[in-house]
Amino acid sequence: MIEVNNIYKSFEGNDVLKDVSGVFESGKTNLIIGQSGSGKTVLLKTIVGLHEVDKGEIIYDGRSFTGMHTKARKDIRKEMGMLFQGSALFDSKTVEENVRFPLDIFSEMSLVDRIDRANFCLKRVHLENVNHLYPAEISGGMQKRVAIARAIALNPKYLFCDEPNSGLDPRTSIVIDELIYEITKEYNITTIVNTHDMNSVMGIGEKVVFIAEGEKCWEGTKDEILKSDNSRLNDFIFASKFLKQLRAGV
Amino acid sequence: MAFLYQTGRYFLFLGKVFGRPVKHRIFFKQIIDEIDDLGIGSLGIVIIISFFIGAVITLQTAYNIELPIIPKYTVGVAARDTILLEFSSTIVSLILAGKVGSHIASEIGTMRVTEQIDALDVMGINSAGYLVLPKVVAMIFINPFLVMISMGVGIGGGWLAGASTGVVPSPEFIYGIQYGFIPFYVTYSLIKSVVFGFLIASISGFWGYYTSGGALEVGRSSTRAVVVSSVQILLFNLILTQLLLA
Ligand SMILES: Nc1ncnc2c1ncn2[C@@H]1O[C@H](COP(=O)(O)OP(=O)(O)OP(=O)(O)O)[C@@H](O)[C@H]1O
Ligand SMILES: [Mg+2]
Repeated sequence: MIEVNNIYKSFEGNDVLKDVSGVFESGKTNLIIGQSGSGKTVLLKTIVGLHEVDKGEIIYDGRSFTGMHTKARKDIRKEMGMLFQGSALFDSKTVEENVRFPLDIFSEMSLVDRIDRANFCLKRVHLENVNHLYPAEISGGMQKRVAIARAIALNPKYLFCDEPNSGLDPRTSIVIDELIYEITKEYNITTIVNTHDMNSVMGIGEKVVFIAEGEKCWEGTKDEILKSDNSRLNDFIFASKFLKQLRAGV
Repeated sequence: MAFLYQTGRYFLFLGKVFGRPVKHRIFFKQIIDEIDDLGIGSLGIVIIISFFIGAVITLQTAYNIELPIIPKYTVGVAARDTILLEFSSTIVSLILAGKVGSHIASEIGTMRVTEQIDALDVMGINSAGYLVLPKVVAMIFINPFLVMISMGVGIGGGWLAGASTGVVPSPEFIYGIQYGFIPFYVTYSLIKSVVFGFLIASISGFWGYYTSGGALEVGRSSTRAVVVSSVQILLFNLILTQLLLA
């Protein structure tokens, strides 16, 4: 479980996060939704400590992350896996080396075991026979899957995904979403996913936090979201004319 | 102000580069890869440039002292000292600042803008150390070798140019390059090359590491890396010359 308590973050006078709080439970896919530029990436990067908070606290299963030194944070970092908006695979390494990388750095396993583990993770995301290709040689959807495999290599307790299906076709998006959902359940991971894709929300939104202009405006589940009378949320969800008409119809 | 800010940031960056390292086995492999990439990969350009400049230095010196009373072997002496003192260490390092510096800055800069550095940080890896330290060590190690090769090739080029054109006959040139040889000149150049190797890798790593934005900024960082490391090489050349030769 990750608790975010009243965090603030600004860049050179630009207040990006304003008093954001939320609880993200384990074994659940927690979604952060909002418009482009609303601060989703900044929020996620602040939660994992890539940005320092200006104010507020972030707690990982009772451990206050914000109050910790780099050294103590390192232990929690080993329990984190992260999927970046652009995959962020190491382009000088092959697919297998990418997935093996966290193991090479942190585990004491033998090379054979590390390769086995990498292959296991790759199989888990339904990738085979691409081990020796470079990231530039595989498709965007495959890159995302490799990134998921890399993120789960060390058996994380926390998984962070920044727009896992941006730039993918609807069908591949669903495959990625389902993969994240299954892995979350399988290993009881606390998963936080940034998205602005309503398909994802309706597919895997066990808990949804809506942010607009850096503030939390609404939270609930995917079943509650369509019935909400929060006007900012409705503006976001029913952005298209088609959906507005559909809603007026029902 | 900007200068002071960047200087301060550079020293803080160095602190990170020399902070918490990764496993020795991985570090060692990285160094070997970087020596191959940065050092061996630069051998060609160092050899070509040294050969031609060595030849030109010899010919120009010869044409400039065409007085019958000055013996021909002095051309060998002058060419040797120019190459040993200045050309091989400073000019070769300046060329490497262009080639290696832009390579380092754009590689690391690209990793920054594609969030690969964030990925390292999230894993709890000291990204500055992981990415930059092997390059610094590799450059400190390989630059003296490149400079020594440049010295040899440069003098060889001078000899060939002098002998083949008949401007400085071979025996006189060979006598000249041995005449009044001061071994410390080589030591002096090697000390400089170590410092220059450090400057190139660390300054270029710095500009790459703090890139933000996209492809345009990566290009900008790489230009900056080359300009700043070149200027620093010239500045330290002056300082070291004063310290070591005065
Ligand atoms: N490192 C930074 N320095 C300064 N400002 C930043 C930085 N990162 C983000 N911002 C600003 O924070 C705001 C929110 O950006 P963020 O990337 O979090 O949006 P987002 O919700 O993830 O959008 P998208 O859906 O397009 O990815 C933007 O106005 C952006 O300019
Ligand atoms: Mg984003």
